[in-house]
Amino acid sequence: MNEFFAGSTTIGVVISLAFYYFGIFLKNKFKSSLINPLLISIVLTLCFLLVFRIDYESYNVSGRYLSYLLTPATVSLAIPLYMEIERMKKNIKAIIISIFVGSVTSMTVILLFAFLFHFDHAQYVTFLPKSITTAIGMSISEELGGIVPITVAAIIVTGIFGNISAEGVLKAAKIEDPIAKGLAIGTSAHAIGTAKAMEIGEVEGAMSSLSIVTAGIITVVLANVWAMFL
Amino acid sequence: MKLLKQFLLIMLVTCIGEIIRYIVPLPIPASIYGLVLMFILLYTKVIKLDQVKTAAQFLIEIMPVMFIPAAVGLMNSWSALQPIIIPALVTIIACNIIVMVVTGEVAQIIIRKDSRKGEKA
Repeated sequence: MNEFFAGSTTIGVVISLAFYYFGIFLKNKFKSSLINPLLISIVLTLCFLLVFRIDYESYNVSGRYLSYLLTPATVSLAIPLYMEIERMKKNIKAIIISIFVGSVTSMTVILLFAFLFHFDHAQYVTFLPKSITTAIGMSISEELGGIVPITVAAIIVTGIFGNISAEGVLKAAKIEDPIAKGLAIGTSAHAIGTAKAMEIGEVEGAMSSLSIVTAGIITVVLANVWAMFL
Repeated sequence: MKLLKQFLLIMLVTCIGEIIRYIVPLPIPASIYGLVLMFILLYTKVIKLDQVKTAAQFLIEIMPVMFIPAAVGLMNSWSALQPIIIPALVTIIACNIIVMVVTGEVAQIIIRKDSRKGEKA
């Protein structure tokens, strides 16, 4: 089985898509927003690999073709963003201030938890860029002397948690404005959160896409300052 | 042919993003340069919306599945994560909720204030 996976160019894509589709099926069947197709597909794919003793490397021989599409898909986020340009112009003040405050909050909360858990400097800077998109976060962590594989893991877990919790958290906090919802999701959970924002609505998706870019750039600049605090 | 042209344009802008990434020594990924460039090309009407819309919608719709391989890859970082798993999870979850609520609240307060001002004027 491991050998077949290592030689196949499709099987990893097929099982990932099939488990995701199964997640959508469950979600529609039970009509519950607690059922998250992304989480279901990740867990089932993991279980599948463990049960059949397939190495991650063998799965990724074909699975990587899904990852490959991520760069053009991110570029494509410019399209819904452009379609909402009037709303963007009208709310530019709210957009810039909230993403700035959100990015600063993210790094400050990590600083507080770093004190609480007695993280050393390397561990602290490893988590510092965890709310932004993977490629930017990785380079920040590397530059500041963090542990890059853990940064990547933290970024992915952040995104998945944000994707799963977004609807519940925003509802509980009574954040109802679609622009505010999109900004909140994109600033806290980058591209994986944006995938959820796109499902919620066009305005949410566009604002979330905008937050990936803006929060990423703000964090690149400010992480160097926050890195000096511990 | 319509979809071929759309796919070509998206891949071309993505590729130019990679070229910018190659030239500019900043920790900004090709995808972000590509996103900003695509936005500028649409804004200046060099590219028209219906020249890229259908292919872009397809890519965005299937975007969630593109994260599955990276997330499954966490099984390889397990040994590095295990010793700090509890503090890491607490930090990630608490930070995520706080940032989401703070960003949303700030945006919502400003938007509501501005729209009230707009009504008066």
